Amino acid sequence: MPASTSSSVERFDDKARNAFEHAGKTTVYRGELLRHPVYTRVLHWAVALFFFLALFTGFGIYLPWLFRWFTPFFGGGPLSRVMHPYFGVGFVFCFGLQALNWLKPMIWTAADSRWMRNIKGVVSGEEKMDPPDTGFFNAGQKVQFWEIVGGCVVYLITGVVLWAGARTFGRIPVAVSYVLHDISALIMLGGIFIHIYLSTIGEPGTFQSMIRGAVSEAWAWTFHPAWYKQVTGRDPQQDCEEARRKMNSSTKPPKQS
Amino acid sequence: MADRKALQAEMISGHSGASPGLGMQRDLEVCKLVDTTTCIGCKACEVACAEWNDMPFTPTTFDNTYQTMPETRWNFWNLIKFNEHQNPDGTIQWLMRKDQCMHCADPGCLAACPADGAIVKYANGIVDFNQENCIGCEFCVSGCPFEIPRFNPMTKKVYKCTLCSDRVGEGLEPACIKACPTGCLKFGSKDDMKYIAEERAKQLRDNFGWQNAGVYDPQSVGGTHVIYVLHDATDPERYSLPKNPTIPWSYTVWKWLFKPVLGTFALFGFLGVIAHYITSGPRVAQPEPPEKEGPDAGINV
Ligand code: HEM
Ligand code: SF4
Ligand code: SF4
Repeated sequence: MPASTSSSVERFDDKARNAFEHAGKTTVYRGELLRHPVYTRVLHWAVALFFFLALFTGFGIYLPWLFRWFTPFFGGGPLSRVMHPYFGVGFVFCFGLQALNWLKPMIWTAADSRWMRNIKGVVSGEEKMDPPDTGFFNAGQKVQFWEIVGGCVVYLITGVVLWAGARTFGRIPVAVSYVLHDISALIMLGGIFIHIYLSTIGEPGTFQSMIRGAVSEAWAWTFHPAWYKQVTGRDPQQDCEEARRKMNSSTKPPKQS
Repeated sequence: MADRKALQAEMISGHSGASPGLGMQRDLEVCKLVDTTTCIGCKACEVACAEWNDMPFTPTTFDNTYQTMPETRWNFWNLIKFNEHQNPDGTIQWLMRKDQCMHCADPGCLAACPADGAIVKYANGIVDFNQENCIGCEFCVSGCPFEIPRFNPMTKKVYKCTLCSDRVGEGLEPACIKACPTGCLKFGSKDDMKYIAEERAKQLRDNFGWQNAGVYDPQSVGGTHVIYVLHDATDPERYSLPKNPTIPWSYTVWKWLFKPVLGTFALFGFLGVIAHYITSGPRVAQPEPPEKEGPDAGINV
């Protein structure tokens, strides 16, 4: 990426971040770290909202046989069809801003390739902590991010073709776009199941990063050790051991009399 | 011939299986025969169609031809196309062809439609749109090789010629047939119409010097339930008919392969995370409290 674009993107993001920081605020208590500023959180939930609106209107078009029962929420099948592209554009637009916002922390590194080779240990839960070189986002999150970036490009191109229709673009482009559009949606949907799981019950303590914006230090040194080291200057492994010693001494079974 | 029983569903979009009692009669298939060589372009069929289907006439565009409007509309299903074809020797042929839904045996509109019951193909060959179930996605427009389905922006649904399924179901002929003054339009069983069409083509070849006269009943869509006699069947494009109408392959691959396979895949994503939670459990921030020891720690499998 040329330096000039990257800096103009940064300038834009800084401005947006400042503006949103005036509109809302993030409280970081002692023992916590700032994870996502107001701007990122607002964008994330705008993305999620548009995603689900587009998803549910899309279901009504994809398989009316199964999903007809909830099209009335959108005023029926034909109206779902009319609104779906607007929700889609909202989704792609908001995610576009989020992509600019996250471009830098999402760059793939050698540490990410190592994380991916190690993925079995993480998924099985054998490795209680992520590898020490795991940064602000881990490789799994980066894969999801870039999948959505790719998905948005596919949605946008095929979506415009489907929106304008066979009378503008011809039959074959529409027939092919229809398939690509839906494949993209199904892949993204599968990813979102995993995403929602991991950011809520799968790794407790994550959800608050997108709600309040702050995470506990313990969460940070467990899941993103390199990021912890970078922002606190302390060693994640040592701090974890320290906390373990404290916990063990305080949770010693009370003396039986 | 065609009676109430002829309106048995044979295929339904987004739906598997046919209706009970299918195939109990023989020679059910109906057919409309359009003999382009005897059409005089009087447009009686256009009027009859608009009249029977209760379509008010709306303003149209004049495009320097005799054609009523440039193409069919959601509320105008039957249009005589006036094609001017110049022969190599410089002579002009004024070709009139009645344009409407072809009621394909293998309907591309139905193959493309995702909505349960929006398009029904009856055992008598009529392909009918059921607007009640239509969601206005217009996929049928891309599925149809004949540019037939038309979107109505007011109702957000798609409309086209019904081959007067309401009349045919009562044993009547379609309205256009009834109106035609020259006998250029005929209606009957597919076998009979095919026979008459071939006889007429033979007559044109033998007695009138149209060496290439023939019948248009494109097998690439399994044949149609509207067939044409053409002066020159080797070049249907001069009548604005596709030479080799086809259904995009992507619809077949999608419906019968990707849709079920990938849908199951996405569902497994959902089941997968639930399975992960109940077998492996969450990963929690470290340190966790020490695990329980001793006789009451439970069985550790
Ligand atoms: C109810 C649904 C959702 C919940 C609970 C949720 C929660 C979260 C949380 C807590 C994070 C921060 C993770 C961290 O700080 O490490 C996050 C990040 C993110 N979210 Fe969501 N999210 C949801 C839906 C979505 C949707 C629909 C999309 C896009 C289609 C999306 C895209 C992202 C992306 C790209 C990231 C950054 C990378 C990652 O953490 O995977 N999220 N989400
Ligand atoms: S001509 Fe078009 S609309 Fe009519 S049955 Fe064939 S594919 Fe469907
Ligand atoms: S617009 Fe066409 S493809 Fe879509 S639901 Fe209606 S009939 Fe089916």
